[in-house]
Amino acid sequence: MPSYILKRILSLIPVFFVMSVVIFLVVYLIPGGPAASLLGMEASQDQINALNTELGFNRPFLVQYGDWVMNVLRGDWGTSYLLKQPVLQAIGEHFAPTMSLAVCAEIFTLIFSIPFGILAAYKHGTTVDTVTVSVSMVGVAIPGFLLSMFLMLLFGVTLKWLPVAGYAAMSEGFGQHLRYLLLPAISLGVAQAAYITRMTRSSMMDVLYMGYIRTARAKGVRESAVVFKHMLKNAAPTILTAIGQSFGGLITGTIVTETLFNIPGLGMLIISSINQRDVFVIQGVVLFVTLVYVLVNLVVDLTYGLVDPRIQMGKK
Amino acid sequence: MKNVENQSQVLLEIKDLRVLFQGRKKLLPAVDGVNLSIRQGEIVGVVGESGSGKSVMSQTILRLREHESEVQYEGSILFDGQDILKLPLASMSKIRGNQISVIFQDPLTSLNPVYTVGNQMSEVLMLHKKMSKQEAREKSIELLNLTGIPSPERCIKQYPFELSGGMQQRVMIAMALACEPKLLIADEPTTALDVTIQEQILDLIVELNKKLGMSVLFITHDLSAMAQLCHSVRVMYLGQIVEEAATAELFACPSHPYTRGLLSCIPRLDTDREEELPVIPGVVPPLTDVPVGCHFCTRCTLADEKCREEEPPVTEVTPGHKVKCWKYGQTEKEKEAVQ
Repeated sequence: MPSYILKRILSLIPVFFVMSVVIFLVVYLIPGGPAASLLGMEASQDQINALNTELGFNRPFLVQYGDWVMNVLRGDWGTSYLLKQPVLQAIGEHFAPTMSLAVCAEIFTLIFSIPFGILAAYKHGTTVDTVTVSVSMVGVAIPGFLLSMFLMLLFGVTLKWLPVAGYAAMSEGFGQHLRYLLLPAISLGVAQAAYITRMTRSSMMDVLYMGYIRTARAKGVRESAVVFKHMLKNAAPTILTAIGQSFGGLITGTIVTETLFNIPGLGMLIISSINQRDVFVIQGVVLFVTLVYVLVNLVVDLTYGLVDPRIQMGKK
Repeated sequence: MKNVENQSQVLLEIKDLRVLFQGRKKLLPAVDGVNLSIRQGEIVGVVGESGSGKSVMSQTILRLREHESEVQYEGSILFDGQDILKLPLASMSKIRGNQISVIFQDPLTSLNPVYTVGNQMSEVLMLHKKMSKQEAREKSIELLNLTGIPSPERCIKQYPFELSGGMQQRVMIAMALACEPKLLIADEPTTALDVTIQEQILDLIVELNKKLGMSVLFITHDLSAMAQLCHSVRVMYLGQIVEEAATAELFACPSHPYTRGLLSCIPRLDTDREEELPVIPGVVPPLTDVPVGCHFCTRCTLADEKCREEEPPVTEVTPGHKVKCWKYGQTEKEKEAVQ
């Protein structure tokens, strides 16, 4: 196991390298240099040149890249011109709401998707299965923003059970925090739940008629253990991948939902920084989000090794 | 070996068993009126081609098919005085692996790839014998030892994919024997193995049968394995038993044209190498297309109108030797006439 972990971590080095080059190019390739976009349309060429020199953007590519990598590693991700604060600090402040939202949405997702996915596969061909598959089809197809607005209208405006939009930090009390997150979490979770239900169902279907399942029954193992011990662990890698992807997606791709519900998360930060051409923030958020994504995938890969011994032995 | 167990008690009795699967248009009889009894300590062989219904029949004894498809039963399977087919499915788990065990054809796919050998073996013992983890571990090692696995302490920590095919099948056997079942169903246990390993596994089954006095239902299409192992043999064709006899009797005077066909297909060392091996013409018809009369009539060289229209009765040729054929008597005469 330790060598498997080490191998997986070492394999991240090339990933980080390629990622850092691409993200660095985001700023480097802006026509006229970052100064042009920082100063806006009205700036004269002299002003642009002066700022580019001040920021060091007229130095050779490799020098700039090396400099940037060293700064990133040291924790200096640049300064936001708009927010007048270090980029890393801005990301930190906006990450908490996004993370909370992602966790809530993922919990909602898992509560529904795993049980229904298992049930649909186990009872495939029956009404339970047909209903589950149809509902999840609708869940995948329905646009998130439409669902968000529908939920807002129903629970926020008509029934007045939950706040329509906004955000309360954890410091304002956990209940309050949750009240604000519930609707956005559901509207994000529905599509994820639909996707994971389908993945769970199909990966369970794959193992349903395996020889070892027949063996388990022939040994006298009870149906509950047949499903949860013998089937689920074999179906787990696919399900874990789907969960990893969905969680990565929730952390990185909640721009629309955050905007609709007015949640000050990473999505809001990146939208405002794109609008205002706050290039270092864009760069920082993209870097951060990529790191999180890579990390989530690493965790998924490591759990694979725990679930399926053939993977850590490199036999599959 | 042949008549050792004739006097002992009947352990399992299958009466007029029919197993019907739901086809697209009608019910398909995979097993069509089988009568079979197994005595205590007896090794009964069932031989037949693929599609003859031998595996379905053996799995019906444990009612394993119900979990995988719609099945209907007719007839009864008496085991220990109770009709297995009438039990609620949930209570089958008390019989499975405990009183009746099964070994399947392909050991690699039959063992769960994500659990260690020890885990899978202990599972049976903890379930049926209520052993603790530690007791189950010790018993597992003992059982692996019994089936001739070298260094069983190491084996229980290994995963199935780390073992060779022969070792995997030994693990399967050890697992099947864990609770000292009264009946072991061996469903083509050697088909997926090398010839040398086959021999070892067959010897192991005979040895354990003698040592533990357990009955064995041996399903195969390998006639030589059958001859080596079984006290009596049933020949199955398209869901029916067409001939039954003690092993020596069957090999000495096969009565059903199908049995003769099977026996003549075995290559022998003393025949001319240039001579073509005889084959039974045609293939087993699909279940959707079972002939009206004798099930074998479409491939039988002796078949006439009667065979195609009326199902033959079971006739006792000599005591204990039964055959389901209209022509079994005539075949001898015709053969003589030809000579």
